[in-house]
Amino acid sequence: MSMVWSFCKRDIALAYRQRAELMQPLMFFMMVITLFPLAIGPSPEILQRVSGGVIWVAAILSLLLGMERMFRDDFNDGTLEQYTLSPTPLYMIVLTKVLTHWFIHILPLLLLSPLLALFLNMNMPMYKALIATLVLGTPVISLIGAIGVALTVGLQRSGVLVALLLIPLFIPLLIFATSAIDSASLQLPYSFQLGMMAALLLFALAAAPAAISYSLRVSQH
Amino acid sequence: MTVLSAHNVSCEKQDRILFEHLSLSLEEGELLLLRGENGAGKTSLLRILVGLSSPQTGSVTIGEFDAHSQTNQASEKLIYFGHKLGVSALLNPIENLRYWCKQHNVAATDADIIAVLDTLGLEGLEYLSVKHLSAGQQRRVSLARLWLSKDATLWVLDEPMTALDVNMVGHFEAHIAAFLKSGGSVIMTSHQRVSIDHPSREFELEYRW
Repeated sequence: MSMVWSFCKRDIALAYRQRAELMQPLMFFMMVITLFPLAIGPSPEILQRVSGGVIWVAAILSLLLGMERMFRDDFNDGTLEQYTLSPTPLYMIVLTKVLTHWFIHILPLLLLSPLLALFLNMNMPMYKALIATLVLGTPVISLIGAIGVALTVGLQRSGVLVALLLIPLFIPLLIFATSAIDSASLQLPYSFQLGMMAALLLFALAAAPAAISYSLRVSQH
Repeated sequence: MTVLSAHNVSCEKQDRILFEHLSLSLEEGELLLLRGENGAGKTSLLRILVGLSSPQTGSVTIGEFDAHSQTNQASEKLIYFGHKLGVSALLNPIENLRYWCKQHNVAATDADIIAVLDTLGLEGLEYLSVKHLSAGQQRRVSLARLWLSKDATLWVLDEPMTALDVNMVGHFEAHIAAFLKSGGSVIMTSHQRVSIDHPSREFELEYRW
C-alpha cells in the first residue's frame, strides 16, 4: 500500500510545483461559466434552463485541457519506463495516477461549483443533481480520457487529436447528466440517469486501467 | 546459473530488420558488452531484453520469469538504465530517489540517499531541482539507483557513461566491477572505451539495411 501511496504523493508533489498549470483548467471553467450570462442575457429563466448543459460542457472542455499532460512528462523523462519495470502492476499505477489526477484537477472544480451555479440561477434541486452528476461523471471523464491520452502520449502536439477521439465518447455522459439536471428542475425523479452514470463509472473503473496500461505499453514500443 | 536468456529474438522497425533470430544468455557474475555502430539496434535489443518492447519473434526469460508476460516479477531484481534518465526535472535528487526506492521496494532512508549522492559528487545539490543540474549531474542522480539498490542481481545499462567526467567514469567502473564480483550480472552498451576490472564478453550487432 505504501508503494501505491508513493505514486500518489509524487504526482501531488509535481502538481504543487506546477501550480500555474494546475490553475489553467479551473480558470477556463470559471471564464466560460461567467461569460455565458453576459452572452445570452440576464434572463433568469433562460440561464436556469441552459445551466446544466453549460456547466457540463465547460467541465468536459476544461478537463480535456489539463488531461494531455497526465502521462506526457512521465513518458518524456523516462519515469514511465521505470514504472513499467516496477514490482507494482502497471494497471494499478495508472489507476492511482488517474484517481490522483481527479483529486487534483476535479475536486477544486466541484468545490467551485456552488458559486458558479449561483451565476446561472440554479435552484437547490438542480444544484444537488449537478453535484451528483459531477461526482459520478467526472471520474468517468478521467478514466476514459486517460485511455486517449495514453494512446497518443508518444505523438507530438496530440491535444486536438485527444479531443477529437474523446469528445464523442463523452456524449452519453453529457446526455444523462443534463437530463438528470433537467428532471431535477421539473421536480421529477432522476435516479435512472444517476443509475446509468453509476453503471458507466463502474464499467470504466473495471475496464479502463487495463486499457490505459496496454495503451501505454504500446506507446512505449 | 543463467540470469537472462533470449531465444530466437527478432526486431523490425519501420520496415528495417535490426536483427533476427538472435539468441544470447547471461550468467551470474558475467559482464556482457553489447557493441555496434549507431542504429545497429543496441537500444532496441536492451529494451526487448527487459520487457519494455516486444520482439517480432522469440522470447526473453529473466530468472524464471518471461520478460514480456511477467514483466513485474521479471524486473524485481533488475535495474534498467536507459537513454531517458527516469528522473523528474521538477523534483530534487532526494525526492526523485526517495520515490524510486519506495516504488521499487528498495529500503533506503533519506540519509542513505544523501550519502550516495555525496559519494557521486553531488554534495550541496541534494535539494536543488534536477532541472538546475548539468547533464552529467542529472545522469549521476539517475545512476545513484545502482548504489541504492542492494537486492538487484541484473543491471541493464544503455550507454551509462555518456556525459560523465573522467573521475566519475573511473568511480562508476569500479562500482560495476564490485557488483560483478559480488555475483551480479551486467549487460551494457557504450561507445566509450570500457576498462572494468573484470572479465567480459562482447556481443557485436551489425548494422543492417
